[in-house]
Amino acid sequence: MLNLAQIVQSHALSFFYLSSPDLLLGFDSDPALRNLVGVARQTPDLARDGVALRRFGQRIIERLGGKRIHPAWVVPGGVSRPLDASERDSILAEIPDARERAHRTLEWFKKNVASWTEEAAHFGDFPSLYMGLVHEGGNAAYSDGLLRVVDSSGWVMADGVDPRAYDEYLGETVEPWSYLKSTYFKPLGYPAGIYRVGPLARLNVAERLGTSAADAELAEYRDRLGRYPSSSFHYHYARLIEIVHCIDVIDEILSRPDILDPHVRARAQINRNEGVGVSEAPRGVLIHHYKVDDDGLVEWVNLVIATGHNNLAMNRSVLQTARHYIKGDQVKEGMLNRVEAVIRCYDPCLSCSTHAVGQMPLEVDIRDAEGSLLRQVSR
Amino acid sequence: MSKPRLATIWLDGCSGCHMSLLDMDERLFDITERVDIVYGALVDVKEFPEDVDVTLVEGAISSEDDLRKIYEVRRNTRVLVSLGDCAVTSNVPGMRNQIGPAAILERAYLENVTINPQLPGPMVPRLLAMSRPVHAVVKVDVFVPGCPPSADLIHSVLDDLISGRVPVTAGVTCFG
Ligand code: SF4
Repeated sequence: MLNLAQIVQSHALSFFYLSSPDLLLGFDSDPALRNLVGVARQTPDLARDGVALRRFGQRIIERLGGKRIHPAWVVPGGVSRPLDASERDSILAEIPDARERAHRTLEWFKKNVASWTEEAAHFGDFPSLYMGLVHEGGNAAYSDGLLRVVDSSGWVMADGVDPRAYDEYLGETVEPWSYLKSTYFKPLGYPAGIYRVGPLARLNVAERLGTSAADAELAEYRDRLGRYPSSSFHYHYARLIEIVHCIDVIDEILSRPDILDPHVRARAQINRNEGVGVSEAPRGVLIHHYKVDDDGLVEWVNLVIATGHNNLAMNRSVLQTARHYIKGDQVKEGMLNRVEAVIRCYDPCLSCSTHAVGQMPLEVDIRDAEGSLLRQVSR
Repeated sequence: MSKPRLATIWLDGCSGCHMSLLDMDERLFDITERVDIVYGALVDVKEFPEDVDVTLVEGAISSEDDLRKIYEVRRNTRVLVSLGDCAVTSNVPGMRNQIGPAAILERAYLENVTINPQLPGPMVPRLLAMSRPVHAVVKVDVFVPGCPPSADLIHSVLDDLISGRVPVTAGVTCFG
């Protein structure tokens, strides 16, 4: 439930705080106003829905874990304290409101989706593999699942993969220009084994989500976009459907009779010296691999994170968007903003996904066919 | 009277302090009515502006890029706030100080890779030998510990600063 609440709050942050300014105010609108405050001025209801959905997720985390960020509630062997009835009831009481806001946003997005047809066609629209966790039977899994990899026509490239075997399937490589490693699907090699994870990939690999309202939305999504949508622009749409799904699963979990059971922790010891854990983080598959000594002190760690899985695809998307929107040597701000917006579709960690900064200086070299530099633009 | 100019910047931190800032929820809109946000994760400004009244700094100083930015921030900021344990003590980023950057880079980019083992460079900012708290590099005016500081605390600090009061954080803050 903690993970699902995290997905709700994180998706709300991505969609409302970071991407809705582009979608609502326009990719070409004045950058000085193209932010959440600008959105709040133009459509206060949309901005309020965003704040409320994020708060809904964050409050669940706070009620379960004691604080909203870095709660130390999940411990080896379980969790550190049980849920009490009043907390459960408070969360349950907030669900109808969150559900309504999530559906309202989804309707708004669907009504407007036709106006972003050009972006959808050039924001990383290419075939690739997709990877995500599924339960036996094919429902999307957010924890306790097995890895499945499909290609862009739905061909299953790997299925039922125990996360412990991740390194038989996934390779990691270093590019000299980034601290972020890239992963690839080993059987296809590098760089042909390019794959995507996260909301778009999860909806592609799963047969269904497993809650009725979200599955109805998923059916409509597939009617509109096909069974295996390949444009990264659709991460937004997928994210909104996942918010609906996660809220309904939280509701289900809270309604289970054993949810208040005080037996929440086994006293774990050092049973093994090595372990791998996998879950679906908001941005996609998250792999933690640890080796510890006999006292439990960590000696070696490898983390394979969603943004690393998506790195090859993000770079390819940037190239596609830049090629389409930047023509000749005249470059407008809105074109460069689209190059950043395609990265925001993947919602990588905040420094890259936001408009943060000289933290993300964007430089575009425009060269002719021979490779000589015509112009250099930066923002 | 024009509104105070507020900036936020994220150096070597996990973004949790910025997340906590967003946890002010609706109070965020109240704050944005009272200040001009001139730089930070939620506005699309690429260069750190001049003449900033308050800058909240998240994270430690770990790379050459952090160093360049913190000097620029200090030069252009009246009240510089170290926000969160990473900025105040170097916290998690500081855990690498006993090991040194060379061993860490080797483990990540030479050992734990399948193909193309190599150290990233020269286009990426070099790591400094030590990850240091902000006040070890430039003068800091207000310290707000916490990992992260709670949204309520950030709100009260901002409220004080915007109203021209000196925020008192002793006694109401703690590390972690
Ligand atoms: S103080 Fe804590 S929350 Fe803030 S950046 Fe550091 S690790 Fe993250």
